[in-house]
Amino acid sequence: MIRVSKLTKDYGSRRAIDALTFEAKQGEIVGFLGPNGAGKTTTMRILTGYMPPTDGEAYVAGYDVVAESLEVRRRVGYLPETVPLYPEMTVFDYLMFMADLRHLPSADERVMDTLEMVGMEERADGYIANLSKGMRQRIGLAQALIHKPEVLILDEPTIGLDPAQVVEVRNLVREIGKERTVLLSTHILSEAQQLCDRVLIINKGHIVAEDTPENLQARLVGAERVMLRVRGELDDLPAKIAGIEGVQDVSAQDGGVLEFQFAPGQDVRPEVAKAVVKAGFDLLELRPVGMSLEEIFLQLTSDNASSGE
Amino acid sequence: MRNIWTIAKREYKQYFNSPIAYIVAFMLLVVLGIFFALNIVYFTRNAMATYGSTPDAGIVTGPFAFMLVLSLPALTMRLLADEQRMGTMELLLTAPLRDWELVVGKWLGSFLFILTVIAVTWIFPIILNNLVVPGIDQGILISAYLGIILVSAAFLGIGVGISAMFSSQIAAFFATLVTFIVLWWMIGFPADVLPVGADVFRYLDMKAHFYNSLNVGVINLADLVYYLSLTALGLFTGSAFIEARRWR
Repeated sequence: MIRVSKLTKDYGSRRAIDALTFEAKQGEIVGFLGPNGAGKTTTMRILTGYMPPTDGEAYVAGYDVVAESLEVRRRVGYLPETVPLYPEMTVFDYLMFMADLRHLPSADERVMDTLEMVGMEERADGYIANLSKGMRQRIGLAQALIHKPEVLILDEPTIGLDPAQVVEVRNLVREIGKERTVLLSTHILSEAQQLCDRVLIINKGHIVAEDTPENLQARLVGAERVMLRVRGELDDLPAKIAGIEGVQDVSAQDGGVLEFQFAPGQDVRPEVAKAVVKAGFDLLELRPVGMSLEEIFLQLTSDNASSGE
Repeated sequence: MRNIWTIAKREYKQYFNSPIAYIVAFMLLVVLGIFFALNIVYFTRNAMATYGSTPDAGIVTGPFAFMLVLSLPALTMRLLADEQRMGTMELLLTAPLRDWELVVGKWLGSFLFILTVIAVTWIFPIILNNLVVPGIDQGILISAYLGIILVSAAFLGIGVGISAMFSSQIAAFFATLVTFIVLWWMIGFPADVLPVGADVFRYLDMKAHFYNSLNVGVINLADLVYYLSLTALGLFTGSAFIEARRWR
C-alpha cells in the first residue's frame, strides 16, 4: 500500500531525508520512530502529497505521490502534527466541510458515525475553540478517518493526550490497522512497541533499523537482564543460580534481590525459577530489567550520530 | 467546481463569524451614508439656486469605489495567510483539491460577501430615485453598479494573490493596501510626465477604467476585459505562490 524507494528531500542545502526505502502492506501498522528533526514529518508530508520529494519515488495505494497526487490524496487520511482545525467552527460544520471536500455521499450520517467512532458525538454542536487538547486531537483523527481511507498517516497521534485518551486513541488505531494500512510516527517507544507490527527507526534522514518491535529488541539487546527477588536472605542462592547453564553475570543485592542475564533466544527463566523453588526459597518476583527499547533507541540514534553520517 | 463551492461556502460563512468583516461592512455603509447625505444636501442647495443638475447613481458608486480601496484589504488579508499560520494549509493541501480551486474558492467566498454588502447599498439608489423627479438614470445605475462589482472582483483577486504570499495577516493587509493604492491612484501619474510609454500607464490606471466610463454610464468591453484580467492575474499569482510553497 505504501512503497517508498530512495526518497530524498532537501530543504535548501540541508538534507532532511536521504534515500529512504521502505514498504507498508495492507493491514499493517508501521511505526516511524525517531528523535525530533529525524525526517518523520517530512516523509509523511511527501506521502500525503503536501510536497514533492527532491528525488526518489513513493507510491501510496498504487499511485505515484507526485504524478497522481490527487488520487493519492483521495485515498489517504492524514493527521498532521499540528492538528489542523478551525476554532471558530463547530465540530459538525468542520467535519461536514471535510466530508464535502471529499465528495462523500450522505455526508451528515458519515460525520456522525465518525464522531461516534472517536467518542465525540456529544460535542458535535460545540465550537472547536472550546475543546480540550485531547478532544481536538480526536477531531483531527475524525477528519482523517471520515472518508474511510485505505491508508492512514498519523503524525504523533497521541501527543498531548492524557493517559486514558492515549489508550483510547491506540485502541482506535489498532482497530483501523486491522484492515487498512497505518503509518504513524512517534517518539514514545512503548507506543511503537504496543501498537506497531513493524517499527522503522529513523535518525537524521536515514533508516537505522527496521523490524518488529520484539525482534528489534532481541536483535539489539546484547543480553537480557533479569531481576529476581525472594523472601528473606539470598544465602547460597547466587551460587546455585550461577551454576545453571546459560546464566551469566550474577550479582547479589540487598533485600533478597539478585540480578543475572542470559543471551537472547535462550530463555533460562523457567530453569531459574525451578531452581529457586527447589532450593526452598519463596520466589516473589522475576522480571526483565535489561535494556528497554528506550535505551536501544538512544544507543542506536547516538551511535549513528557519532559515526558521522 | 464542487470544490470551489465548498471552499467558497465556508469562507462566506466565516465572514459572518468575524468581527473584521462586520467592521468593514459597517464602515462602508456608514461612510457611504454620510457621503450620500452630504450629496443630497449639496444637490438640493444647488437646485434651489436654480443652477443645479440632477444627481445620478454616481453619487453613491463614486465614493464607494474609493472606499473599496481602503476596506477590501481587510477582507482578503486573512484568506490564505491565516491558513498558513494556523497550520490548516496542510489540511487543504493534502485534501483532494487543486491549488487553483482553493484560491478561486477563497476569492469567490470574499466576492459573495462583498456582493452582499453591495446589495445592502442598493438602498441608496432607491432613496435617490424617490427624491429625484422623474427618477434617476437607470442606465447609469446599472453601469455604475456593474463597475463596483468589477472593481471589487479585481481587488479581491489581487488581495487573495497577495494573501498567498504571507503567513501574517498584517503583512498581507499592508502589502495589499499599498498595491491597491498604487494601482488606483499612483500608476496614472507617470502617464502625465513620461514622453514615451504613457499609454501603458494610462491603460493600467485602475480608477480611469471606472470613473471615466462605467461610473458615467458607459460600458466598454475594454474596461470589462481590464478588470477581469486583473482578477485572473491575482488568482493566478495566488495559485503560483501556493504551488511554489510546496516545492520549497
